[in-house]
Amino acid sequence: MRHKGVNYSKYGYLFSLPFVLAFLVFSLYPTLYTAVIGFTDMKGLIPKPIHILDNPFQNFTDILFHNVSFRKSLINTGIIWIANFVPQILLALLLTAWFTSRRSKVRGQGTFKVLLYMPNIITASTIAVLFNSLFAYPMGPVNSLFEMLGWTDSAVFFLQDKTTARGIVAFIQFWMWYGNTMIILIAGVMGINPALFEAAAMDGASGFQTFFRVTLPSLKTIMLYTLITSMIGGLQMFDIPQMFLAGGPDDSTMTTSVFIYGQAFKGSYMYNTAAAASMIMFVIAGILSGLLFYFMRDRDAARLKKVQKKMNKAAQAAARGM
Amino acid sequence: MAKIRKDNVVALKINKTIIYIVCIALSLLSILPFWIMFVNATRSTPEIQSGLSLLPSIHMMTNLDVLLSKSFDPLKGFFNSLIISGFSTICAVYFSSLTAYGLVVYNWKLRQPFFTFIMCVMMIPAQASAIGFYQFMYQMHWTNNFLPLILPSIAAPAIVFFMRQYLLATLSIEMVEAARIDGSGEFYTFNRIVMPIMVPAIATQAIFAFVASWNNLFLPLILLTQKDKYTLPIMVSLLKGDIYKTEFGSIYMGLSLTVLPLFVIYFLLSRYIIAGVALGGVKE
Repeated sequence: MRHKGVNYSKYGYLFSLPFVLAFLVFSLYPTLYTAVIGFTDMKGLIPKPIHILDNPFQNFTDILFHNVSFRKSLINTGIIWIANFVPQILLALLLTAWFTSRRSKVRGQGTFKVLLYMPNIITASTIAVLFNSLFAYPMGPVNSLFEMLGWTDSAVFFLQDKTTARGIVAFIQFWMWYGNTMIILIAGVMGINPALFEAAAMDGASGFQTFFRVTLPSLKTIMLYTLITSMIGGLQMFDIPQMFLAGGPDDSTMTTSVFIYGQAFKGSYMYNTAAAASMIMFVIAGILSGLLFYFMRDRDAARLKKVQKKMNKAAQAAARGM
Repeated sequence: MAKIRKDNVVALKINKTIIYIVCIALSLLSILPFWIMFVNATRSTPEIQSGLSLLPSIHMMTNLDVLLSKSFDPLKGFFNSLIISGFSTICAVYFSSLTAYGLVVYNWKLRQPFFTFIMCVMMIPAQASAIGFYQFMYQMHWTNNFLPLILPSIAAPAIVFFMRQYLLATLSIEMVEAARIDGSGEFYTFNRIVMPIMVPAIATQAIFAFVASWNNLFLPLILLTQKDKYTLPIMVSLLKGDIYKTEFGSIYMGLSLTVLPLFVIYFLLSRYIIAGVALGGVKE
C-alpha cells in the first residue's frame, strides 16, 4: 500500500534551514571575505572600499617568501606541537595499557581519570597566566620549590630563555591534553572485540605481546584520528602562547595564530597580511581533514559501491550487446 | 612450578606499585598548580615572596579588596560570560537537534549530500575566517555586541553529527507516525515527543558546548573592546598588566575567581563529562 497525499520531505529542508542560514552568514561568507581580503591592500583603521592588488597574489608570495616573522611562527607552531604531541601520545598509550590490563586490575581508575582529565576543562587563558605567575622571577613558586629541593642555588629567570619558554608552552599543552587522549584511547580499547584478547591469552601471549600485537594494531584508526585532530588543533594554538608571554621572548613562542592576531589587531591593522596567513592555515587544515576522511572512510562500503558500479556497467554492456 | 608462580606474583606486585606511584604523581601534577593558586589567593604578597606553602593563610579578604579596588570586575565578567555561554549553548543544542531530526526522519533529495557537507565543515578552524568575520561585524556595527558570539553556534556540525548518531540508535519511526495519526504537527512532534527522548544526549552536548563557549578567548578578544563587555577569559589579561604588578595575592585571587565556576561544574558532573569524552572519540 502506498501513502498518498502528504509529502513530508519539505520538513527535512525546513528543519535544516537554521543551520544552513547560520552557516552561510557566520561561516561561509566570512571565510570567502577573508579570502578576498587576502588579495587586497586592506590596511589601517579606517574602512576603505575593496581594492584588489595589481598582482593579486602579492600578499601570499610576500608572506610565504619574504616574511621572516611568519616563517618563524610556522616553525614555532611545528616545534611546540611536536614537543607536546609525542610525550602526550606515549603517556596516553602507557596509561591506556595499564588501565585496560586484565592482570593488574588498577583500582581507583575513575578517580584517576577525573583528575588527569581535569586541566582540559579549565580556561586555557587562566592556566597560561597561572603558569606565568608560577614561573615568576626572582621569587615564584617554582623557583622556591627548586631552591627547597636544592636543584638551583640562585633564582632562575625561566621566562627569558627561548627554549625554556617554548618548553613550558609545550608542557602546558601536553598537560592539558594527555588526559583527553587517554580517555579516547581507553574507549577505543573497550571497543575491541574481547574474543581477540581471549584468543591471545589462550595462546599464552604475555602482557607486552598482547599490547603490541593485538591492542595497538586495533587502535590504528583511533590513533590516526587523534593525530590529525591534534594537528588541526595545534595549528590554531592561540590562548596559551598569547596569554603566557604574548609570543615572546624574542618571538620564540609566537604561533601562527598569535602572528595573525598581532598583524590585524595589535595596532598595525595589516588585515590583508593577516587574511593571507589565515588562508594558508585554512588550506593546511583542509588538507589535513581531507587526509582524515580518506583514512576514516568506510572501506567496505566504498568497495561495495565499486563492485556495484562494475556490475551495472557489465549489465549495461550486456544489454547493449543484445 | 610453585616458584615460578611466586615470581610472577612478586613481579605483578612491583608492576602494580609502579602503576600506582605514576598515577598518583600525575594526579598531583594535575592538582598542584590549582592548589597553589587557591592557597596563594589567601596569602599576602610578602608571604608569597617568602616561599612556597601548601596551607592557606588569612589574607583572603585583603586580596579581594585590593583586586576589586582596581579595574577588575569579576561579577560583570561572570555575568557577561554566563549570558554568552548560556544562550549559545541553548542555540547549539536546540538547532543541532532540529537539524539532526531533519536528517534522520525525513527522506529528502539533498539529505545525503547535506550530511556529507556537515562532515566536511566539521574541521574548519574558526581562526581561518576571523579577519573576514571581524570586518563583517564591524560594518554591521556588531562589535561590542554579544550576538556575533551567540548566533554562530546555531550551526554546530559536531553536535549535529552526535545527535544524528543518537537519534539513529534510539528513535523509532513508528513513534513519529503514531503522533502523525493522532494529528500532531511535525514541529509539535519534535518539541514535545522527540526532545524528551533526546535529553541524555542534549545534557552531554550542553556541558561541552557551555565549557567551550565559556573558555573561548579568540573571538571575544577581537570583537569586544569595551571593558564592561569583557568576558572572564579576556579579564584574565588585565591581571597581567601593570596595575597588579606587585599584588601577587590579588592576581591569584583573580585567577581563582575566573575558574571557580568551572571547578564546581566539573566536580558535580565529572562522571558524565568523562563518559562524554569517551563517546566523542568513538566515531567509527
